[in-house]
Amino acid sequence: MQSKMKESDPILEVENLSASTNNLPILKGVSLTVYPGEIHAIMGRNGCGKSTLSKIIAGHPSYNITNGDIKFLGENINSLEPEERAQSGIFLGFQYPIEIPGVSNLEFLRVSTNARRKFLNKEELDTFDFEELVKEKLEIVKMDHAFLSRSVNQGFSGGEKKRNEILQMALLEPKIAILDETDSGLDIDALRIVASGIKKISNAQTGIILITHYQRLLDEIEPNYVHVMSDGQIIKTGESDLALELEKKGYEWTDNFIKKT
Amino acid sequence: MVNENSVKDVVKEPYKYGFVTDIETEKIAKGLNEDVIRLISQKKDEPKYLLDFRLKAFKKWQKMKEPDWAGLGYEQIDYQDIIYYSAPKQKEKISSLDEVDPKLLETFDKLGIPLTEQKKLTNVAVDAVFDSVSIATTFREELAEHGVIFCSISEAVKNHSDLIEKYLGTVVPASDNYFAALNSAVFSDGSFVYIPKGVTCPMDLSSYFRINSGDSGQFERTLIIAEESSSVSYLEGCTAPMFDTNTLHAAVVELIALDDASIKYSTVQNWYAGDEEGIGGIFNFVTKRGKCLGKRSKISWSQVETGSAITWKYPSCLLLGEESVGEFYSVALTNNRQQADTGTKMIHIGPKTKSTIVSKGISAGNSINSYRGLVRMGTKAKGSRNYSQCDSMLIGDQASANTFPYIKSQQPNSEIEHEASTCRISEDQLFYLQSRGIEFEEAVSMMVSGFCRDVFNQLPMEFAAEADKLLALKLEGSVG
Repeated sequence: MQSKMKESDPILEVENLSASTNNLPILKGVSLTVYPGEIHAIMGRNGCGKSTLSKIIAGHPSYNITNGDIKFLGENINSLEPEERAQSGIFLGFQYPIEIPGVSNLEFLRVSTNARRKFLNKEELDTFDFEELVKEKLEIVKMDHAFLSRSVNQGFSGGEKKRNEILQMALLEPKIAILDETDSGLDIDALRIVASGIKKISNAQTGIILITHYQRLLDEIEPNYVHVMSDGQIIKTGESDLALELEKKGYEWTDNFIKKT
Repeated sequence: MVNENSVKDVVKEPYKYGFVTDIETEKIAKGLNEDVIRLISQKKDEPKYLLDFRLKAFKKWQKMKEPDWAGLGYEQIDYQDIIYYSAPKQKEKISSLDEVDPKLLETFDKLGIPLTEQKKLTNVAVDAVFDSVSIATTFREELAEHGVIFCSISEAVKNHSDLIEKYLGTVVPASDNYFAALNSAVFSDGSFVYIPKGVTCPMDLSSYFRINSGDSGQFERTLIIAEESSSVSYLEGCTAPMFDTNTLHAAVVELIALDDASIKYSTVQNWYAGDEEGIGGIFNFVTKRGKCLGKRSKISWSQVETGSAITWKYPSCLLLGEESVGEFYSVALTNNRQQADTGTKMIHIGPKTKSTIVSKGISAGNSINSYRGLVRMGTKAKGSRNYSQCDSMLIGDQASANTFPYIKSQQPNSEIEHEASTCRISEDQLFYLQSRGIEFEEAVSMMVSGFCRDVFNQLPMEFAAEADKLLALKLEGSVG
C-alpha cells in the first residue's frame, strides 16, 4: 500500500528547514516529505517548534527562513505570500482560530472559497450557489446554519472554533492540510465529529499533517507516520505505534533519545 | 451585500475625481469686505432682509476669533486671499437642461451624476452645485406634483421667500461660530427642500457639491424643512480637483422637523485630501444642525467622511419636541496627513427625548482622527435617554485616534450611556484571512467594512456600496 503511494510525486517536501523569529532560531533543520494519501502526525512538547513549522509552511510573516526549502507539488514556495499558498491548496487549521469582529462568517467563507476556486479555474460562486455548497459542508462538521451569520469566530466556544476550521477545510478542498492541535479543547463528542470530518474530506490525493499532544485524536485518525519533535528538530520518526509508545513512556523517553544521539 | 469584486476594482485607483473642468468662469476679486457681500447679494438679486442678514453676520464674524480648541494643525488661512464668488458663465435664465453648458453636464457625468433627461439617475433627484452656483435640479416637476419643493437656495430666495425668511438662520444662528458666521455672510448657493404636511417624499433627494476652482472658497447653505408627518431621505456627495493649495469649504446645513416628521441626512464626503505629504486638500469647516421642533420628530445624520485635509464637523440635533429622536452614525477615515475632528452634539431639551450616537473612526498613515461629542440633558429633559458608542481602529503605528466625549446632565431622571473601544488590525487577523486565500488588501478592506458595518447599515443602499469602495480606495497602501 505504502509503496504504491510513493509512485506518485510528493505533495510537500520540507528540506533541512531552519527558521527564526526576532533572530531567535526556532527550527533547526527539519525535513519532512508527505505523499498523497498519507497522514503524518507530529508530536512533541510545547515550544518544540511544531506550531512554528505549520505557520512557516503557511507563510506567516513573523518567521524568517534561514536555511532549507519548502516545496509544494515540486515548486519552491519559500517566497510565496500566504494567500498564494492557500489558493494553491495549502491549508492550516489554527490552534487558536482568530476572531474577526464585524466580518460575517458566511461572507468570509465565500470570499475564501472563491479565491481557491479562481485559482483552480472553477467558476466563482454567487451568494445563492454558495449557500447550497456551504449547507452541504455544514453537515460534515454538524454545525448549525446560525454559525454563518455570526462574525468570524467571535464568541465561538473552543469546539465551535475548531469545527469552523474543519468547515473551511471542507470548502477549500486543500491538497495538504496541516492541523495544529485541532483536538485541543474538544470534548469526546466534538473530537469524534472533527475527526470524522477530517476523514471525510481527505482522500487518496490529499496529505494531512496532524500536530497533536495526544493519542486520542490518533485513535480516531490513524497516521502512517509519527514524528517526534524536540528543540526545533525531528528527533524520531516511526509508524503509528510510536505514538502509543510515546503515550506510555512520556516525552522524557524522547529526551533520553536525544542524549543517546 | 456589497460586491467584493467592485471593492477590488477600485483599490488600485488614485483619487479619480481630481480633474479640473476647463470652463469660463465669472469670478469676483479676491478679498472680503462689506462691498463684496453687497456684490454677492446683488448678483443674486436678493431681497433686503437677506442682505441685512449677511451684513449682520459679517459684522459678527469680524469680531470673532477662529476657533483653535480642536487643536488642528494647519497654516493660517488668509481670508483676504480667497475668492468669494465664482460661477461658470452661462445664460442668465436657463429654462431647461438643454441650455446648460455641455462641459458642466460632462463634468457631472464623469463624477457619476448624470443630469440629462436620458441619463439621469432614476431613483434619486439631484441638485448639482458647481463652485458657487446650482447647475441643475432633476425631477422637479415630478416632485412638485407631491408638493415637494427641491431647488437651489438662490431660487428658493426668489420663489419661496416666506419660508427662507421664516427659517434661515433659526437652527444655526449667524453668531453660532466663526465659520457659520462667515458662511452666513458670503454663502453662494446650496439646496433647499420643503416637504409639505403628510407627504413622504417619493424619492431620495440629493445634492452633489463640486469644487472646481482652486482659489475660490465654497460656502454652500442647505435648508431642509419637513412639515408635520412628512418624511425625506437626503443624500450629499462632494468631490474636488487636486490642487496643491488648500481650498476653504465652510458650509452650513439646517434641518427642521415638525411634529412626527422625519429627516434622514446622509453624507459621503470625498473632498480632495491632499497628497501623501499633506500638500493641498480641502479645509472642511462645516456646521450641520437639525432641530427636532415637533413632537415625535426625528433627525438622523449618517456620514462617511473620507476626504479633506482637515475636517471639522459636528452634525448635531436639538431635541426640543417631546419624544423627539436624534441619531448620528459616522465613519471617519483618515490616511496620510489628514486630520479629522468630528462628532456630534445631542442637546436634549424636551422630555422623553432619545439620541443614539455610533461613531467609527479609522486612522491610517500619519493621520489624526478624533471623535468629539457633547450630550447634554437640559432641566426639562425628564425621561430622556442617550446611548453613545465610539470605536476607533488604528492601522499602522504612526496614526492616532482620540475620543473626547463631553457629558452634561441637569436632569437626574435621564440616562446617558457611553461605550468606547480602540482596536488595531492585528498581524494575526491579517494572516488568518490571508491563509484562507484572501488577498492582503482585500483582507484589510473586509475588516474595515466589518468595523463600519453598524454605520453602513444606516446608509441608503447605493451609498453603502459607494462608501465601502471609497474606504478600500483610501486605504490602498496604508498597511504593511
